[in-house]
Amino acid sequence: MTIRLNTFLHLFRRCHSTTSTPHQQAMMARGLPKRAPIEGVRHIIAVGSGKGGVGKSSVSVNLALALSRLNNQVGILDADIFGPSLPTLLNLRNHKATTTTTTNLIEPLINFNLKCMSIAFLTKSDGAIVWRGLMVMQAIEKLLRQVAWSPLDYLIIDLPPGTGDIQLSIAQLVPLSGVIMVTTPQELALIDVRKAIEMFRLVNVPILGIVENFSTYFCQKCGHEEKIFGENGAQLLSNEFHLNILESLPIDTQFRQACDQGRPIIQQSETILCSKFNNLAKQINEQMHKNKTTTT
Amino acid sequence: MSGLDKIKRIIVVLSGKGGVGKSTVTTQVALSLYNSGYRVGLLDVDLCGPSIPKMFGVDKNSKESVVYETPEGMTPVDVFATSSDSSRFKLMSMALLLDSENDAVIWRGPRKVAMIQRLLTGVKWGELDYLIIDTPPGTSDEHIAVMTVLKQHEHAKEFLRAILVTTPQMLSINDVRREITFCHKTSFHIIGLIENMSGYVCPHCSECTNIFAQGGGTLLAEQYSIPFLGRLPIDNRLNAILDQGITKVDNGLETISETETMKLFKNIINQILDRWE
Repeated sequence: MTIRLNTFLHLFRRCHSTTSTPHQQAMMARGLPKRAPIEGVRHIIAVGSGKGGVGKSSVSVNLALALSRLNNQVGILDADIFGPSLPTLLNLRNHKATTTTTTNLIEPLINFNLKCMSIAFLTKSDGAIVWRGLMVMQAIEKLLRQVAWSPLDYLIIDLPPGTGDIQLSIAQLVPLSGVIMVTTPQELALIDVRKAIEMFRLVNVPILGIVENFSTYFCQKCGHEEKIFGENGAQLLSNEFHLNILESLPIDTQFRQACDQGRPIIQQSETILCSKFNNLAKQINEQMHKNKTTTT
Repeated sequence: MSGLDKIKRIIVVLSGKGGVGKSTVTTQVALSLYNSGYRVGLLDVDLCGPSIPKMFGVDKNSKESVVYETPEGMTPVDVFATSSDSSRFKLMSMALLLDSENDAVIWRGPRKVAMIQRLLTGVKWGELDYLIIDTPPGTSDEHIAVMTVLKQHEHAKEFLRAILVTTPQMLSINDVRREITFCHKTSFHIIGLIENMSGYVCPHCSECTNIFAQGGGTLLAEQYSIPFLGRLPIDNRLNAILDQGITKVDNGLETISETETMKLFKNIINQILDRWE
């Protein structure tokens, strides 16, 4: 007997349904982690995408630094348990975190005036972390609640790719002031970013805007411009979801070198990219101040 | 194990780092084998970001995109179906089971594991020479599920191989290192490493720039004694075809097979076939 595969789709829709009864919602809520702020941390902003390799981590780091330049106290949390990039980007490879005996909290590592935390500071270097969802959730909770973050104006959370346990756990555990979506222009990136946007809307996390990375490339020898990774991706998303494009970042080999060497570009000489990150930080700062004013 | 019983060889494409081109490389491996006359299946187990159907231009509007449930399992999509060449290239992905390509799969681990088990053993692949499996980045539930199911086969050592994909830069190398450790821990035989996005040739002045650094792939392969299969440059033409979808481009299969990268791939495939035992 051959039937069209709507059985699976029907089951999937039932599990994925957002139109449950109040009783069902109450039953489901019993199992959920309780959402609570992190004491002493004013704004928690996530940087996500859905798609891998678009530059979430490099944007997170340089945004954090740019916010710090605006006289904010900033922390950065690497939530990518399986592929933690922060140690490389912030020149903290092979460093390990310690626990203060007085507070029993893990001390974040400090570099470039940022408080930093990554699973890599708590586990064996270069070892594979082969964990199932439950252990991942516990690790995320530890990185959020058992680290001495306070006091901070901003905690930037660098999210991994996907729409799974880590993103869900974070959205359910802490109140996110917003999420910045990073994308590249190509359609293959957009199909994943759209799913991530849908996920954040489902869990009521405000989307602050879009950053388009790898937007264009200027040949170092002849200056010829080529849109290697396509074009207009951010604009399409902006039109579809009514989101602002916060910044467009070109491919820059100096930027890539800076990332690999753990010398954030924004700490180096003033370049076009530096001013773009400063502009991004300014927009985020202004949005947060505006939100505070409208809610007080 | 029923769906996998008549498959001779399985290649799992892994990375550890997102965005290095696993899906693109998986597609190229599958197409190269198909062009060489083999019966090929392509399974995309990236539940959150399933890219493969998009690369082939298979979407809800394609009449071939409907998946049926039969007693032998779900029917994969026959991508290049013609009267003479039917069923030699089959595709299955989470994307084919969703109502809309924008639907997000927001699932926790256990549900993902169940779905992957279904995608692995509950698909009516029929007889295949090669099944290529595209994975998401990382070493979590999806990867554990794939290993657990495939390793159950008593002849897994003979028919199962992994290909690793990296880009040259340090950020990728560090994550792929973890994936190599995962393979070692699970006794997963790595047949080789491919370095993707290795150089970009400016179409105007022909200057080659190593946008994503250079040399990282070879160093990694040496460090872990893994065969280095080759370097693939950033290829505008290939990317444009995959972004549009192979079946949506005029003579898509021929056009993509004539790109520089696909020509390089012939050498990579020969190495894979030679090194298999």
